[in-house]
Amino acid sequence: MSASRANPADPAAPRPTATFPHRHLLGIEGLSAQDIQVLLDHSDRYVELNRAVEKKQSSLRGRTIINLFFENSTRTRTSFELAGKRLGADVINMSVATSSVKKGETLIDTAITLNAMHPDLLVVRHQDSGAVALLAQKVGCGVINGGDGSHEHPTQALLDALTIRRRKGRLEGLLVAICGDILHSRVARSNIHLLNTMGARVRLIAPPTLLPAYAERMGVEIYHDMRKGLTDVDIVMMLRLQMERFHGSFVPSTREYFHFYGLDHDKLSFAKSDALIMHPGPMNRGIEIDTEVADDIHRSVIHEQVEMGVAVRMACLELLAQHLPNWRGTTPPGM
Amino acid sequence: MARRRKLYTNARLLDPATGLDVKGALLTEGDRIVDLGPKLATSSSFAGDTEIIDCQGHCLCPGLIDMHVWLREPGAEHQETIATGARAAAAGGITSVVAMPNTDPVIDEVALVEFIARRAADTAVVRVLPAAAVTRGTKGEEMTELGLLAQAGAVAFTDGDRAIANARLMRRALSYASTFDLLLMQHCEEPSLAKGGVMNEGEVAARLGLAGIPAIAETILLERDIRLLEVTNGRLHASHLSTRDSFDAVRRAKLRGLRITAGAAPHNFSLNEYDVGDYRTFAKVKPPLRVEEDRKAVVDAIADGTIDVISSAHAPQDPESKRLPFAQAEFGIIGLETLLPLTLELYHNGSVPLLKLLACLTCNPAKLLKLESGRLAPGAPADLLVFDLDTPWRVDEKKFRSKAKNSPYDGRRVQGHALRTVVGGETVFQRKREG
Repeated sequence: MSASRANPADPAAPRPTATFPHRHLLGIEGLSAQDIQVLLDHSDRYVELNRAVEKKQSSLRGRTIINLFFENSTRTRTSFELAGKRLGADVINMSVATSSVKKGETLIDTAITLNAMHPDLLVVRHQDSGAVALLAQKVGCGVINGGDGSHEHPTQALLDALTIRRRKGRLEGLLVAICGDILHSRVARSNIHLLNTMGARVRLIAPPTLLPAYAERMGVEIYHDMRKGLTDVDIVMMLRLQMERFHGSFVPSTREYFHFYGLDHDKLSFAKSDALIMHPGPMNRGIEIDTEVADDIHRSVIHEQVEMGVAVRMACLELLAQHLPNWRGTTPPGM
Repeated sequence: MARRRKLYTNARLLDPATGLDVKGALLTEGDRIVDLGPKLATSSSFAGDTEIIDCQGHCLCPGLIDMHVWLREPGAEHQETIATGARAAAAGGITSVVAMPNTDPVIDEVALVEFIARRAADTAVVRVLPAAAVTRGTKGEEMTELGLLAQAGAVAFTDGDRAIANARLMRRALSYASTFDLLLMQHCEEPSLAKGGVMNEGEVAARLGLAGIPAIAETILLERDIRLLEVTNGRLHASHLSTRDSFDAVRRAKLRGLRITAGAAPHNFSLNEYDVGDYRTFAKVKPPLRVEEDRKAVVDAIADGTIDVISSAHAPQDPESKRLPFAQAEFGIIGLETLLPLTLELYHNGSVPLLKLLACLTCNPAKLLKLESGRLAPGAPADLLVFDLDTPWRVDEKKFRSKAKNSPYDGRRVQGHALRTVVGGETVFQRKREG
């Protein structure tokens, strides 16, 4: 494992060496450290493959992947689409028009309809917590959660972890601050589970109105002051202020929010000098993150996160595909 | 033709109103109880004109009175009707149900109260007592004709699962209702605090990424209403309470002599927030399943008499309302057929004495609703329940008489069930011997 990190340029055989014991990837909660390790190690190999000229693989040739998105998404959907295509699968994108109750009524029907078309893997994003798990009960194929409500977004947490691991060489023992709109964030929940499982220490920094009640019971330290919270951290994860999920007033104004919780050079100076800045995107520049900080090539790994996203999703698709009938194993590229 | 006189022999007579718990017999004539007691003449002296019903040593108590039932008729007959709900009630040992007014249309006019009474007389095997809305359309704006509605037969007034949020209106309703000594029943939930919430605000909601209904939403509205009681001399029943703080508030109010009573539903003393598990919509209910400490507080409050009434909060939903992502699913649990065994759990696990539990299901609600039933006494209506206290069984949703199946108890092991339910002297339910 450490060898693959030290010398990831080994694209000759990106085949799964360990198995992933789950049929679906619905969340990080419930995965063991071993499971996460397997996913990250496997992802690592695809990073180099994705940087090569010839990116095409054939391990999922003949397989059908449906990206079923009940909620708008460009980056996650594109990332999954690329991942599937690079593994040789046929990828179909379905965006289901959204209008609150209507789509909920059609969720199970949609699942049953799609199931009848015999997809091999489904990637699902839905605006309601728990909706992807509900759908997974109704289909015969493997399901990847592409984000459900405020619950989980497992591939985002995995790509964040891969980014950190490649930069810092480890996850264990790192001090990670997750800042901003924790309440509405599925990214935060998945990251908390993952980082805790892998032995990192997690701080949440947010005004109390943007923290779920009893957040402290999730095994994290809570801060309401950015400067105190950022002190000596290795990683600064910023979250998007999810104004579309705001029912009622959570912060007085975006101006006030940026003043107290927006990441700028001054607040960042409290973190370790080599602290990395992360953001799951899309960014609200000037609301949760200062443009200069976001574009600081020495500190910001925001674009790297996007790159890792494709590798992580390839790994997830391939490891889940192992559970499909007639799995023939990975064909090394160029053969 | 059935004989007018019936003798229930070989029974364990349980009358919570008087504390009676004795082996004996009970005689009814027509729709009334005539006599009861350990020394009531043996069956031989009643030969001929009297039907003998051997209770085989099982318990005989007043038929249960369920103060909180949604029957969905008129308007949502695909979920439940007065007829199906009444059959389910009979199978659960319940002889009277109070029907919530949240139907379509809302029961807020005299003609509609009469409609419920008429439909009940035509189709229901148990007594269906209409509750009328406090505000027109349960919109929380304008008071209904409380006095006329009461005259038409409304036994209580409530906006059902909607809290009366406007404090001025609530004050006036309590004040006006006191003219006729009417009972107001409040769903204690401050709407602005609970808005958008789908389960208890707490650790589980935080983990599942679901919006929470905080415990204080209940306590704040309750404490407000207690203040209003002090200045109105009204009579208030807090329908379903679920938190330790709420029970403390009720205890203090009762000590001050205010006319307040409290109710609880079985799910709030038999389940906690962990039963939501991974988004089980059958466990989505109001008040929400709370933390374990609050669940225990409900049991304590029943034991010390803070809770006067246990009612099922029977809320039928069709599968399409529950087979949805958690946030979109409807609230509600059906409970008519599990009310008795779930309540008896508290007896079997030693938490509350049997007669105290039965009081919450019989004489206490009868007193609040000013009913003659709910007790075993000569002259009282022959609304009776013969039940098996001990036999273990497993809840099976396929066997529910209710049209709806939204019960989180499917598969739960319970003890005790109704054997025979008698309304006005007539047997409306008799359990067939199973297995």
